[in-house]
Amino acid sequence: MPQALTISTVTPDPALFDLPWNLPLDKWPKDVILALPRGISRHVVRFVKVSDRVLAIKEIAPYPAAREYALLKDLTALDAPSVAPVGLVTGRTTKKGVSLDAALLTHHLQFSLPYRALFSYRLRPGMATRLLDALALLIVRLHLLGFYWGDVSLSNTLFRRDAKEFSAYLVDAETGGLYEELTEGQRAYDLDLARTNVIGELMDLEAGEMLEDNLDPIAIGDFLVSRYEQLWRALTEEEVISVDARWRLQDRINRLNDLGFDVAEMSMSSSTDGTTLHIRPQVVDAGHHSRRLFRLTGLDVQENQARRLLNDLDIYRIHSHQEGADEDFVAHDWLTHVFEPAVRSVPRDLRGKLELPQIYHEILEHRWFMSQREARFVSLEEAVKSYIANVLQHRRDESELILADTLQLPAADDVPMD
Amino acid sequence: MATVTFDGATRIYPGSDRPAVDHLTLHIEDGEFLVLVGPSGCGKSTSLRMLAGLEEVNDGRILIGDRDVTDVQPKDRDIAMVFQNYALYPHMTVADNMGFALKIAGMPKAEIRQRVEEAARILDLQEYLARKPKALSGGQRQRVAMGRAIVRQPRVFLMDEPLSNLDAKLRVSTRTQIASLQRRLGVTTVYVTHDQTEALTMGDRIAVLKDGLLQQVGSPLVLYDKPANAFVATFIGSPAMNIGTFPIVGDAVRIGEALVPLTREVISAVTPEDEGKLVVGFRPENLEQVTAETAGAIPVEIDIVEELGSDAYAYGSLKGDDPETTTLQGGSLIARVNPRSVPRKGETVYLAIRKGEQHNFSVATGDRLPD
Repeated sequence: MPQALTISTVTPDPALFDLPWNLPLDKWPKDVILALPRGISRHVVRFVKVSDRVLAIKEIAPYPAAREYALLKDLTALDAPSVAPVGLVTGRTTKKGVSLDAALLTHHLQFSLPYRALFSYRLRPGMATRLLDALALLIVRLHLLGFYWGDVSLSNTLFRRDAKEFSAYLVDAETGGLYEELTEGQRAYDLDLARTNVIGELMDLEAGEMLEDNLDPIAIGDFLVSRYEQLWRALTEEEVISVDARWRLQDRINRLNDLGFDVAEMSMSSSTDGTTLHIRPQVVDAGHHSRRLFRLTGLDVQENQARRLLNDLDIYRIHSHQEGADEDFVAHDWLTHVFEPAVRSVPRDLRGKLELPQIYHEILEHRWFMSQREARFVSLEEAVKSYIANVLQHRRDESELILADTLQLPAADDVPMD
Repeated sequence: MATVTFDGATRIYPGSDRPAVDHLTLHIEDGEFLVLVGPSGCGKSTSLRMLAGLEEVNDGRILIGDRDVTDVQPKDRDIAMVFQNYALYPHMTVADNMGFALKIAGMPKAEIRQRVEEAARILDLQEYLARKPKALSGGQRQRVAMGRAIVRQPRVFLMDEPLSNLDAKLRVSTRTQIASLQRRLGVTTVYVTHDQTEALTMGDRIAVLKDGLLQQVGSPLVLYDKPANAFVATFIGSPAMNIGTFPIVGDAVRIGEALVPLTREVISAVTPEDEGKLVVGFRPENLEQVTAETAGAIPVEIDIVEELGSDAYAYGSLKGDDPETTTLQGGSLIARVNPRSVPRKGETVYLAIRKGEQHNFSVATGDRLPD
C-alpha cells in the first residue's frame, strides 16, 4: 500500500506541499530550483525558495534522514554552529507509485559560502589559514558539546565572513552523534579524519590548478591539527597555580575571553598542603564578544564582527571624551550616532551584498586605508561614501550567491554520488 | 590479516547504570566476515566502536591478532572504517582518489602505484584509473570509495550500517558486491546492521545482540535452524517464526484446538518455574497441510493469502484459541502453502508441524530446550 506523503517540520508552512515531491530531486524543474553553489556531496542537494525562505533539500534514505533531522534539532537546541533543520519529507512516491528517498530540509544559512566559492581563482596562503582557523574552532566547539562528527571536511562546512576572519558552520551531520562527553578516541579519530579529508580536498584543488604553488596540502592539514590541539588545551587544560599568585586565575579567564569564550563553570581545588590551586574550566561557552555586544547594543552579530564593533565602541568612547561614563550609555550613543547612520546610508539594493555588520567592518577597513593613502583624518561619512562607490557596488551579492557568479569559479563543480 | 577478540569487553556510558555492552566475549577468525546484528540499542554499534577505539572499554580487553589494543589510539590500530566518507574529489583521477591517503602517509610513489593497481584489479577498475570520477557510474564510484580503504591494507575492516543510506535496489546489489569482495580480499571484517536479511546473506557467522548481551553466535544456518533462545528465534527469519506460549497437557502441548505431542526430552526439561506452559516456535515453512484426522493437526482459519509467484504465505488465526492460556506473537499464524493451490479466505485448513522442525523454549528463561 503506498505510504502517504508526510512532512514533519519545525516551521509549518503549507507552501511546502506545493513542491514537486513526486519527482526525484535531480529531475526538479528549473523554475523551482535556485542555483546556489554546492559542495562536493555524495547526495543530490538542491536549493529552493519557499515563502521567501531559501531552503536546502538533500535526498537521502529515510532511516539516516530521520536520524540526521533529529541530530540537527538537538544541535540547534544546544546553540551549536550548525545549519538549522526545517523538516523531513517521507513517503514520497512518483506518479507511477515508485517510492522515492526521503528529503531533509534545512535553512540556507544566509551569507554563507562553500569553501570553493570563497576564492575567485586560487586559494592563497592567508585564506587557507583563516578557513582552517575557523574549522578548528568549529570542531573544538562541537567536541565541547559532545558532538562526534565522523566526517569533518571543508565540504561539510559552510563559511561566513566574520570581520577579517571566517566563522564556520556544520552543514552535514549524517555520520555524527551526540554523546554525554567524547572519549579521547573519538576526538582523535575525528581530528585524524578531518586532517585526511582537508588534505584530500586541497590535493583536489591542486589537481584542478586552484592552489597557489607554494601551498602544501599536508602542511595545511597539520596546521589544522595543531590549531585544534592548541585551542583544546587552552580551553580544557588543568593549570596549577600558587595560592600566592591567584591573579593567574583571572589571567586564565582573560585568556579564554580573548579566545572568544566565557567561563560558565570553573573547577578549583587546593592541594593537601594548601600551597597550590588546581584550576580547570569545566564549562565554556563560545561567543564572549558577541554576547557582550548584544547586551550593550542589542546587535546580534558574529564573534569577530563583535570584536571589531566593540573596538570601535572603545575608540568612540575615547574620542567623545566619555571615559568615565557608564558603558551602557556610551554604547547607546555609539549605536545611534555612529553605527546606525553609517549602515543606513548603504542603499537598500546593495544590502544583499554582505551582512550589515560585515559592511560596517569593511567601512572601517576602508577608512583606515584611505587615511593611510592620503595621510589625513578621514571622517566616517566620507569613508562610507567612498566605500559604497568604490568597493561595495562592485562586490558580488553574497546573501544568496547565484550561479552567474559561481560559473566564473573553476571550482563550482559537484559530483553527486548517487 | 588478523583475528579479533573481544574478551569480556564492557562499556558503561557515563550516567548509566546498565552496560551498553555487557562482558562481550567473542573470537573472530582471521579472514572471517562477522555480522553484529540486533535491534536498536542492543549494543552492536557500541561494540564496533570499541573495536575502532572510539569508545572506552570500561572492563575487559580487545585484541587484534595477539596485540591488546584496548588503550591504543584509533589510527594506530591498523583498522579501516569503510564508507564513512565516500565523496570523491572531482579533479583527481580515480587512481589519485584511491591513493591519496597513502601519499599523506609518505609512502613512495612506486609502492602507491602498485597498491592502487592491485586494488583496481580486484575492484574491476583497471581501465578507469586515469579517468575522473565524473566519467564513472554510481556503482563504479562506490567501488573507488572501497578502493580507498583497500589500498591501506588494514588488518580489519569495520563497517557500520554502510548500506543504510542507499536505496533498496542499490542496497541489494552493493550487499552482494561487499560480500564477494570481502571473500576475494580475505580481510577480517566486522559488519554492523539492524537488518537480519543483510546479516543472513552476508555473514560467515552472525552474532545476535540484545540489551548489551550476546545472545548467540553462529553460522546463518545454525541461527536459523537452532536458535538458542526465543529472542533469536523471532529476530532471525522473514517472515518471522510463529511463536507463542501454550499450555502443556499431559505429554503434549495445546495449540488452539490441537494437541501436539512433545518428546520425552522436552517434557523432562520443563521446570516448575515454567508453570505448566511452553514457548513453541515453528517457521512458516515448517508447516504442512494435512487432513483433519492427522494427529497434531492444527485447525487454522485463513484470513488472507499473500501470493508471491514462487511462494505463497497464508495468514490465519488459530481455531479454538483460548486467550487466557495462549499467546501467539503477532496474533496471526503464517504458513507457507503451495502457490499452485492456495486456500481461500475464510476456509479452515489443517496444518501440522513437520517432525523435528518444532522449536521449544522455556517460558521462564526463554532458552531453547533439548530437541
